[in-house]
Amino acid sequence: MFNLATFIGQSIVFVIFVGICVKFIWPPAINAMRARQQRIAEGLENAEKAERALAESNEEAENVLRNARAEGQKIIDAARKQGASMIEDAKAEARLEGERILEAARAEVSQESNRARELLRNDVATLAVAGAERILESDIDRGKHAELLDQLVKEL
Amino acid sequence: MASDGKEFSSQEYVTHHLTNLKWGKLPDGSWGFAHSTEEAAQMGLLSIHVDAMLWSIGLGVVFLLLFGLVARRATSGVPGGLQNFIEVIIEFIDTTVGEIFTYTNKMVAPMALTIFVWVFLMNLMDLVPVDWVPWTMYQAGVEFHRIVPTTDVNITMGMAATVFLMVLYYSFRRKGVGGFIGELAFHPFPKVLAPFNLVLEGVTLIAKPISLGLRLFGNLYAGEMIFILIALMYTGGVLMFGFGGVLQLAWALFHVLIITLQAFIFAVLSVVYLAQAHEVADEH
Repeated sequence: MFNLATFIGQSIVFVIFVGICVKFIWPPAINAMRARQQRIAEGLENAEKAERALAESNEEAENVLRNARAEGQKIIDAARKQGASMIEDAKAEARLEGERILEAARAEVSQESNRARELLRNDVATLAVAGAERILESDIDRGKHAELLDQLVKEL
Repeated sequence: MASDGKEFSSQEYVTHHLTNLKWGKLPDGSWGFAHSTEEAAQMGLLSIHVDAMLWSIGLGVVFLLLFGLVARRATSGVPGGLQNFIEVIIEFIDTTVGEIFTYTNKMVAPMALTIFVWVFLMNLMDLVPVDWVPWTMYQAGVEFHRIVPTTDVNITMGMAATVFLMVLYYSFRRKGVGGFIGELAFHPFPKVLAPFNLVLEGVTLIAKPISLGLRLFGNLYAGEMIFILIALMYTGGVLMFGFGGVLQLAWALFHVLIITLQAFIFAVLSVVYLAQAHEVADEH
């Protein structure tokens, strides 16, 4: 059942509604959506970039750590070696020192025994003289018999 | 069924539900609403389907307010529930139009959105049980009332004709008068058969808006008719009442698909026709 007024009326209303949609509804809505799309894309890209940077810095940190560990090992090894050599040196020195001390002691001992022997010899000479005096019951002239006495001392 | 004391026959019931509220010049010379189908038929040119126009404009305003409100507050931040829903529809239309229409025209996508949502809302009225509004209006003293504008051929053809005018406008603008006429006359047969071509292509061209408008009208009119026939079953006893209830539910569920599809088809075909209008044949 055709009705001209309704037909034309709907055409006009249609044009007006489409016009309003074209002018006031579509542009802000689609712009907001496109802007959001852009933002999300940027966000994803940034996240990816950050992830890549993180991986890079992780690797770098690992490298640094590995280098530090190797360096530390090297230092420890060197120190150990140095310590061993120092101990070795000290041992050698101590041995030398000990020998020297032993030597000195030995020299001293022999010197001491020589001296004691000398003293003893003198004492024996004196005792011999005293003994002889007593036996002869007369003074022996030290000066007269010095040569004889010295000979005696040497023989002891 | 409208129970106002007097009994309707089945035929009267169907006729009543398929009659628009018509305002125009009455047989006695005064202006007013037609109170019978005979009066409505006699009104002629100076009359208008008030119910179809009011529901059409009202639903269009609902669309504009709903989308306008969201669009005005739209930001590139996190969208809320309603904004999300609206944006899904806009995105869907934008993608669909982008696939079909590859030219630069800021009008096409919003037009498709308007058609899709507006026609969908008008179709949606078909799911309102057929007696609710007509019966209520009848009690209020309004003789006839149809709430589904797309079951009125004038509404669907009005939109189809407007789309057709846009197609003609862009055809002339893009191709020039000679180019457009040439496209109609020198195709598909050689130039010697130009008059034959012109008739053939002319029919093809005219068939576009007619099929566009009548497809929507036919689908919705048939759908409404079936709802009305199902409603008739409710007077046929307990068994028929139950069967009618099941049928109405089943048909309504199926109809959800049809109304969405028809709204989408109307929008997409409009875009396709406009794309054809923009298409300039390669000059060698």
